[in-house]
Amino acid sequence: MAQYLFLLYDTEDWYDNLTAESFEAAMKLHGEFSAAVEKAGARILGGEALERTTTASTVRQREGAEPMVTDGPFIETKEALGGYYVIDARDLDQALELAKLCPSANVEVRPVMDTSSDATPPA
Amino acid sequence: MPRRRPDMSSDQPGAPADSCPPEHPAAAVEVARVVEQAHRESWSTVLASVVRLTRDLDLAEDCTQDAFVQALRTWPDGIPANPGGWLSTVARRVALDRLRRETTLRRKLPLLVEESGAEEEQPTDLLRLVFTCCHPALARDSQVALTLRLICGLTTREVAAVLLVSEPTAAARITRAKKKIAAAGIPYRIPADQELAARLDAVLTVVHLAYTAGHVAAGTELTRTDLTGRAVQLARMLVRLMPREAEPQALLGLLLMTEARGDARVSADGELVLLADQDRSRWDSALLAEGVSRATLALEHGQGRFALQAAVAGLHMTAPSWEKTNWVQVVRMYDAMLISWPTPIVALNRAAAHSLVPGADLVAVLEELDALTKETALTSYAYLPATRADVLTRLSRHAQAAEAYEQAIALTANETERRFLSNRLAELQARGAQS
Repeated sequence: MAQYLFLLYDTEDWYDNLTAESFEAAMKLHGEFSAAVEKAGARILGGEALERTTTASTVRQREGAEPMVTDGPFIETKEALGGYYVIDARDLDQALELAKLCPSANVEVRPVMDTSSDATPPA
Repeated sequence: MPRRRPDMSSDQPGAPADSCPPEHPAAAVEVARVVEQAHRESWSTVLASVVRLTRDLDLAEDCTQDAFVQALRTWPDGIPANPGGWLSTVARRVALDRLRRETTLRRKLPLLVEESGAEEEQPTDLLRLVFTCCHPALARDSQVALTLRLICGLTTREVAAVLLVSEPTAAARITRAKKKIAAAGIPYRIPADQELAARLDAVLTVVHLAYTAGHVAAGTELTRTDLTGRAVQLARMLVRLMPREAEPQALLGLLLMTEARGDARVSADGELVLLADQDRSRWDSALLAEGVSRATLALEHGQGRFALQAAVAGLHMTAPSWEKTNWVQVVRMYDAMLISWPTPIVALNRAAAHSLVPGADLVAVLEELDALTKETALTSYAYLPATRADVLTRLSRHAQAAEAYEQAIALTANETERRFLSNRLAELQARGAQS
């Protein structure tokens, strides 16, 4: 098994039109996704939804100077990071199959690096 | 002529290499020839069998290389009856030795994910390796580079020459792809039936690209035929491994028909001869017959894009002459292709065929071609201005035709093609001077 981070990128229109019904509908879709992951024999290790990008702040580390705090996300994009999952899957093919079931317009799938004490530096 | 592949059936793990009795001492020239042939024919099968054992592409490559070095050293004492089997056994033994020595270290290295299951026969290993190299999570550039390196056995320098990139770029592309395979957990497996069609298309595209790169290469003559030969070999392998799929048959048919025209494509003084002007008696009739029969077989099972391309090639090659080609049918094939494969290149080929239908409305064709000049994908594609030049010449719009020929000449990377287009332009200008 290997761990993958699913980064869910969507337009932020959803936040603009957020009602109790649309929130509940979204949560229902994510509930169905969780069920599908378990049914596939994979596991969700963690995951959260995120507040919209206007609530983000970025801390920039600067050499020889105090870290600088700026408003907004690190990079402004049309599609913003809206949530994430950490999934334990058999291999990339299974992770990609699960990402297709994820209720998000764009899912970036990234392998999690092994940083345990006996790990070798990544190739 | 395609060489027969060595019989791989005796390559069982555990058949020790030195159990092959040395037959008789062999001359150095003979050894070099057999090793070279084994490299061409068995590199990928040997590599694939080691990958299954090590699940590490770099290590498997090293061990395969070692086996070939050992062959050069020991085969002068007697060439084994089954060189491919010998090489696999030796490469796997080298790998086992290294794995034993490096056990502690290797536990921590990312390995290729392998589907659990029983030991399977060798062709399956090779097919797994092909699908790993052409996994959709790899960029097309990386798929091609990796396939040329691991399946066709080209050196990094040769891969660079074929892809028209620098050697460091080719090396970086291959390294990056291998790292992604290991780090992202791209599985070493054959896709399940329901995903096979989608995944197979990438494999066939890569083989086709490898062939095309060799066919219109800007490199040396040697690299070119070497590469087209390997692509044909790979297509044959796919047919053997997936006998029930129509598209590999179609691709092989298409490549064989192109191969059949090879000699007639260049004149005695090295000039490019267009299909229209080729001496059809110089076509290789055996390759042609096999190509046509494979294309026919593929078409009976569907109208995939390679089946349709093979059908077009077949219509050309079974026609008694260029003029008597069934252009109406050719256009029909391109129309079908445009449905499943709506690319500007297909549209361009359709327009070119349309211009040759007897009594075609050339002004309408020119409009089709003019519309295509707006396609960004075709801005540096010499065949578009070349086709426009031809249609403009036939419409007697000589000044515009000359301009189009000049554009085409500026765009082509192939010296032979450039000479051909320059000759056409010179003819046009000579005609203009006379009138």
